[in-house]
Amino acid sequence: MCDQTFLAITFGPCDNCSQNKPLMNIYLKNEPINYCSLCVELMACQGLAKGETIHTLKAESETLKTKLEEERAKLHDVELHQVAEKIEALGQFVMKTRRTLKGHGNKVLCVDWCRDKRRIVSSSQDGKVIVWDAYTTNKEHAVTMPCTWVMACAYAPSGCAVACGGLDNKCSVYPLSLDKNENLAAKKKSVAMHTNYLSSCSFTNSDMQILTSSGDGTCALWDVESGQLLQSFHGHSADVLSLNLAPSETGNTFVSGGCDKKANVWDMRSGQNVQSFETHESDINSVKYYPSGDAFATGSDDATCRLYDLRADREVAIYSKESIIFGASSVDFSLSGRLLFAGYNDYTINVWDVLKGTRVAILFGHENRVSTVRVSPDGTAFCSGSWDNTFDLRNILYGFALYWHQGLYIGVLHHPVMSVP
Amino acid sequence: MTIRSDRDHGQRCRPRMSCLKKVEATVVQMQDPSTGVKGTNQKLNITTIPHAITGQDIVAWITKNMNMDNDEAQAFSTMLVAFGYIYPLQDHKKLVLRPDGSLYRFQVNKWKAEDTDYAIYLAKRNIRKKGVLDAYEQEEYNKLHKWMNHKWDFIVMQAKEQYHAGKARQKADRVVFDCQERAYWIVHRPPPQTHSAMDYGLDRHIDPNVEEKKTYDYYKRIVIYMCFMGFCSKSLFLACSLVKYMMTFKNHDPFLVPCLPRNPWQTDHDSYWELNTPDVEVPTKMRVERWSFSFYELLSDPRGRADFKVFLKKEFSGENLAFWEAAEELKWGTAASMSEKAEHIFKTFLAPGAPRWINIDGRTMGLTVKGLEHPHRYVFDAAQTHIFMLMKKDTFYRYLKSPVYKEIQKKAISPAPQFFCICIEAQLQQNMRNRRPSVSPIITWQKEQEEKAKAAAAAGPIDIKKLMASKLDRK
Repeated sequence: MCDQTFLAITFGPCDNCSQNKPLMNIYLKNEPINYCSLCVELMACQGLAKGETIHTLKAESETLKTKLEEERAKLHDVELHQVAEKIEALGQFVMKTRRTLKGHGNKVLCVDWCRDKRRIVSSSQDGKVIVWDAYTTNKEHAVTMPCTWVMACAYAPSGCAVACGGLDNKCSVYPLSLDKNENLAAKKKSVAMHTNYLSSCSFTNSDMQILTSSGDGTCALWDVESGQLLQSFHGHSADVLSLNLAPSETGNTFVSGGCDKKANVWDMRSGQNVQSFETHESDINSVKYYPSGDAFATGSDDATCRLYDLRADREVAIYSKESIIFGASSVDFSLSGRLLFAGYNDYTINVWDVLKGTRVAILFGHENRVSTVRVSPDGTAFCSGSWDNTFDLRNILYGFALYWHQGLYIGVLHHPVMSVP
Repeated sequence: MTIRSDRDHGQRCRPRMSCLKKVEATVVQMQDPSTGVKGTNQKLNITTIPHAITGQDIVAWITKNMNMDNDEAQAFSTMLVAFGYIYPLQDHKKLVLRPDGSLYRFQVNKWKAEDTDYAIYLAKRNIRKKGVLDAYEQEEYNKLHKWMNHKWDFIVMQAKEQYHAGKARQKADRVVFDCQERAYWIVHRPPPQTHSAMDYGLDRHIDPNVEEKKTYDYYKRIVIYMCFMGFCSKSLFLACSLVKYMMTFKNHDPFLVPCLPRNPWQTDHDSYWELNTPDVEVPTKMRVERWSFSFYELLSDPRGRADFKVFLKKEFSGENLAFWEAAEELKWGTAASMSEKAEHIFKTFLAPGAPRWINIDGRTMGLTVKGLEHPHRYVFDAAQTHIFMLMKKDTFYRYLKSPVYKEIQKKAISPAPQFFCICIEAQLQQNMRNRRPSVSPIITWQKEQEEKAKAAAAAGPIDIKKLMASKLDRK
């Protein structure tokens, strides 16, 4: 596997405020300086220095941008789908709905899998958060939030708690209990506080920290036990709609996508915006890392999904079709990263071949827009939640032999086959 | 017939509805007299409706002109109906497109979806025949009457005028007009409990179409942040690495290659999960193979990590992994216990003469010691990275060649692919009943914590002095 790139972090006294904090290593007029993230923000807002005008600053930023583009262009010699030409094409896929989980009275907004591969937490517009055992379709826990539009929900890595939030501007953690009659709201912990709606939340590698993104344009890392803000991430100029943690061994970065059409990669330790990608033409609704952690995909309201490579520092693939007009609300990769599942606002789910850039399947069945698509942790199925109050679990339907024998048909597990009666 | 472009009702600024412009362009094409969908006069009940089009014609036109296949064309035309560009003449409440002989017409937008207009519409229907309103419409009417009371005379007057104007029309025109108006309001004031396409969710806080005020700090930020250029490599190399990852994991992806013995979702049998629990005694061959893909895969699988620990124990170099795990726990742990954890790690692994001393270079040690003056969660980052790279580049490869790994490879089972019979409904029902619930993750977690505590107690640093003292005592 290719080496993960390690970002060295320095920690020490900030050159400006002398407090001991994680430092951002940046260059100002080719001089390296070590400032903490707060001081960098302050510096940016300080006002024009001597000899600077808006025009000089604008000119400087333009030259830097063109320089960056030139450097990138030098290293760009081949497209992803060209390299993928030699790979054999995928057969036709037939996906079947295996479970339909009905129980929400209103739009399903967000869904997350538990690490045990069969439990799911889902949240909806009416404030209900339900924990299901998707395999048996039993509801295991239910919480009613005091607010509506619970847009974010996440299952803790240990499986012992869920986090959710939405229009209440907060992220609350509910420890789950084995006692069915216990009122989970009693033990609720309010962790995050934002100044606008919570759009997405995610636990880090443990139950103790939560990463949140909000409509106020910031992301933040919180300590669950104390509710303390550990790090905040500023850089988006509009609502941040989605975030995803990198699946790498270091686990130190995450990517966020927002209404300012930008997808930013952040270092969790220093709060630094490490990379930024701005090629979409509209709001980015969803971001998801490629399983190796070297790339990520985004789904946007401009009806395209795009793949960005972190080491190439550019967009490497775009998944779109003339006939797809409605925005993509949610994306997720299959286990190997070959398939990209994307849910759209025209009630369909498109499955893309990541390497070749072609669509391998289109799935129907929902009666309103698909709000969230999530592949299970072991890749055996994926779950799609929709504004028609249900969410379906689907997986592949394998080569059912095309013969009928006395009214029975025998399924044989081979590679995907062309069609099914 | 033309479509007015202020259909997006002021949501023109909202990018998420900008897709409607493309849809409108398509609908205009569809209405073209020569190349569009052919409309005919159709009989509905007793009236003849002009320019009626059938569902199958619509789907056929879309399939041909928009280069889609049948299912997709059907889905797209349903969107046209859901957004009100086309409305059904029969069964007007269900906004789906039926690809058969059902009749549809293009909508002509003469109304604005404002409450006043809706009130006028409801009042007009009330005038025509009392009690014709549906329950939800009656409710809306009462609500509007209440808070538009001050305008009510105006509304009733407008309603009466429109009603009389309608009466003056010819029967066919009247039916058409009524159908249109009714369809319009089904879309813009949907009945409760239905799914409406006009719903776009919450307003976004910041309007992204408003040009960001490019003041000095906007440019300053670009100048500051643009300076790190990152690590660029040639595209070919990077593209190949993505492809390589995919090919390596191809056989492990249940969507590409069936998982053995059987996919639990397909067959309602969870043997696949039973064979792959985190603490299973004998892992499957696929799982063992996956450990060899990268050090990260080995560590992230608890069974793999356990096997790696067995190997390390044989090599007497377990302290590297123990240090790495402890540093991870510090990084992701609670803020409250942080400084004492840091102290403990230092005493156990880094202090001179520590019981589980790890070997790191002088520079890293210096950085770490300096950082410990003000302990924070990333204080062991440099040391952790060093140790991780050491394990990854050296220990991991020795593990893969070691007898421990070879033994587990031999022991690993390869479950045979199971054929399954999906016969009749009864069998399916039985399978459904046989779905086994699993142990709650809470219980699993509690057990894990207990085991960890036991292991920690057992692996604690042996106090030589005490041991000697106890030996002397016995003598």
